[in-house]
Amino acid sequence: MKLKKNIPLIDQHDKYGFWGGKFGGSFIPETLKKPVEDLTKEFQKLRKNKKFINKRNFYFKNYIGSPTSFVKLENLSKHLGGAQIWAKVVSEANGGAHKIYNATVHALICKAMGKKYIVGDTGAGYAGKMLSMAAKKFGLKCKIFMGAKDIKRQKPNCDAMKKNGAEIVPVYSGSQTLVDAVSECMRYWVSNCDNTHMAVGSTVGPNIFVKICGWSTSQISRELKVQIKKKFKKIPKKIKLINCVGGGSSAYGFWSEFIDYNKNQIELIGVEAGGPKKSKLHAAPLSRNAKIGILHGAASYVCQNQEGQIKETESISAGLDYPGVSPIHCFLKDTKRARYTYATDEDALNAYKMVTKFEKINPSLEPCHAFAEAIKIAPKLSRDTIIIVNSCGDAKKDRDILKQRLGKK
Amino acid sequence: MTNSLIGQAFKNAKNEKRTALLTYTVAGDNTKKKSLEILKSISKYADICELGFPHNTPIADGGQIQTSAYRAIKNGIKINDVFSITSKFKKFKKNKPIILMGYYNMIFQYGNDKFIDKCKKSKVDGLIVVDLPYPENKTFASRCKKKGINFIQLVSPTTSKKRLKQIIKDSHDMVYYISMLSTTGGKLKESPKRILEKYYKIKALNKSKNVVIGFGITEKTIKSLNKADGLVVGSAICRVITNSVNKRQNTVTNVTNIVRRLKKKMK
Ligand SMILES: Cc1ncc(COP(=O)(O)O)c(C=O)c1O
Repeated sequence: MKLKKNIPLIDQHDKYGFWGGKFGGSFIPETLKKPVEDLTKEFQKLRKNKKFINKRNFYFKNYIGSPTSFVKLENLSKHLGGAQIWAKVVSEANGGAHKIYNATVHALICKAMGKKYIVGDTGAGYAGKMLSMAAKKFGLKCKIFMGAKDIKRQKPNCDAMKKNGAEIVPVYSGSQTLVDAVSECMRYWVSNCDNTHMAVGSTVGPNIFVKICGWSTSQISRELKVQIKKKFKKIPKKIKLINCVGGGSSAYGFWSEFIDYNKNQIELIGVEAGGPKKSKLHAAPLSRNAKIGILHGAASYVCQNQEGQIKETESISAGLDYPGVSPIHCFLKDTKRARYTYATDEDALNAYKMVTKFEKINPSLEPCHAFAEAIKIAPKLSRDTIIIVNSCGDAKKDRDILKQRLGKK
Repeated sequence: MTNSLIGQAFKNAKNEKRTALLTYTVAGDNTKKKSLEILKSISKYADICELGFPHNTPIADGGQIQTSAYRAIKNGIKINDVFSITSKFKKFKKNKPIILMGYYNMIFQYGNDKFIDKCKKSKVDGLIVVDLPYPENKTFASRCKKKGINFIQLVSPTTSKKRLKQIIKDSHDMVYYISMLSTTGGKLKESPKRILEKYYKIKALNKSKNVVIGFGITEKTIKSLNKADGLVVGSAICRVITNSVNKRQNTVTNVTNIVRRLKKKMK
């Protein structure tokens, strides 16, 4: 299994859609074969179309607000000693998280395909909120599938979805979290694929959804590359790019321009959700060595039992609380290009406390998992090491959880 | 496949000038023991029995079958129990074809070849794998065929003509036509007449293939579709199990009653 150079990772799959011969694919019911094929053809066409690219760039700049800033966290770096810690503040993007890139592109594709309805899944509520924003902007009717547990714990984002005119469909099956929301969204698409477009909220699902999402979020690293060159004159010798990984869309977007670099120069570190310290449950299939399985139409490392039943997960962070992970991250793991680890709920909360004490940014619980790793390794590293954390979400949505766990804020 | 029990079941129905009845129940629903009793009891009326091996993330199933699947899993069903239910059933009625149906991850974790071998040993006649579509299923399907197990291809209203031809060509004794864009258990969205029109187009590609229609078939709708080679009823049966459990009634009796009533409408 080997990575190729000069080809985007999203395109390094075989004719059946597998990365490294075994991750990804399209394990879908017959009914979805045609809509998936139509979407695949449309996307192939659109991504080569200058007008479409210009349109995308226009909305990325004027609607999402590119570039998001790249800042040094002076106080945090000083406090920890060792490596310099920087942040790419992707939470500045319209709506407050990276999910806006994928949502905007899906809305544009939906329009291009002449469909009027768009549906999507959400965990933290950001994918749903952004899709509802994009739908409103482009005049589409929008339905969002969300686990009942997540609706309770991410209320601010639900309020936003409703305000944007989207219908939230609560999902009561299973653990009532993201995994169930994705299943229910797919079921809805099976039944309505003739007039409805589906957006998957991360780099997961059947092959084409991994590609569209990765293609969208890669804007983050295109910006970052320019910003790094500007700040440091050239790409520094020792960089570590740290990103939380739920489905993996933010991490892929943050890394895509840097995958071809030698890992001794640019190390890629993915941080999964380890769950509560004392719990056996987690949402960390990569770093806790889950077996390969098929979930939501793709083969990836999946938290599951011996029989192949998908396991319940647990995390304080609704956005990372998912038993599977993107096939492209499985590929990056097996080729050893990226390293994956996890942070517990407590680690993430402590990171939140520390980051917000020293800096003016307000990262949500998802990127706090990445900050936890940065805080852990920074003191041991040299001063010329540049750690960059993708601060990919804003903590406004976590208001209630933070209040409950950390007291008044 | 020559002389498969599945092919034979369709022949028998044709000789009796009626449509074949295929039932779908979930292994382990509502318990392991009961699901075997249900199978035994309904096999008096059903021409082919489909038995689901339940998965907890079924992306193509509606509420009724989900409920049955979750209940069965909660009651402890394991994949080897599904095989032992099948074996026991086959000892009771060796000529009644049984088709296992489920999601690919369960097979993948068991090991493809090991799964097929175990099917053979347990006298499984056919397999339906919901999320392993054509052409990705070609290798798996031909391995099944080698062991004398029917791999049943699915086709749907969205299946293109070109694809339909290829699928029919590579299919074994039975093809499953999904009646509409829906998960299992949805209401019929199209008129039976429209469904049958599409059905005849599929039949016209190769008259010798047995094509069944499934999804959305209930006691109410079954009569209007009984021109097909076979009809599959799943959710309507699962619903009876759920209702019986809720009312603390005998699931075996109630399921047998609905299957008997369905059978009467096949002529
Ligand atoms: C702010 C934020 N970060 C990260 C994630 C995890 O998703 P992904 O790994 O696809 O970036 C989510 C998902 O909802 C999120 O809202």
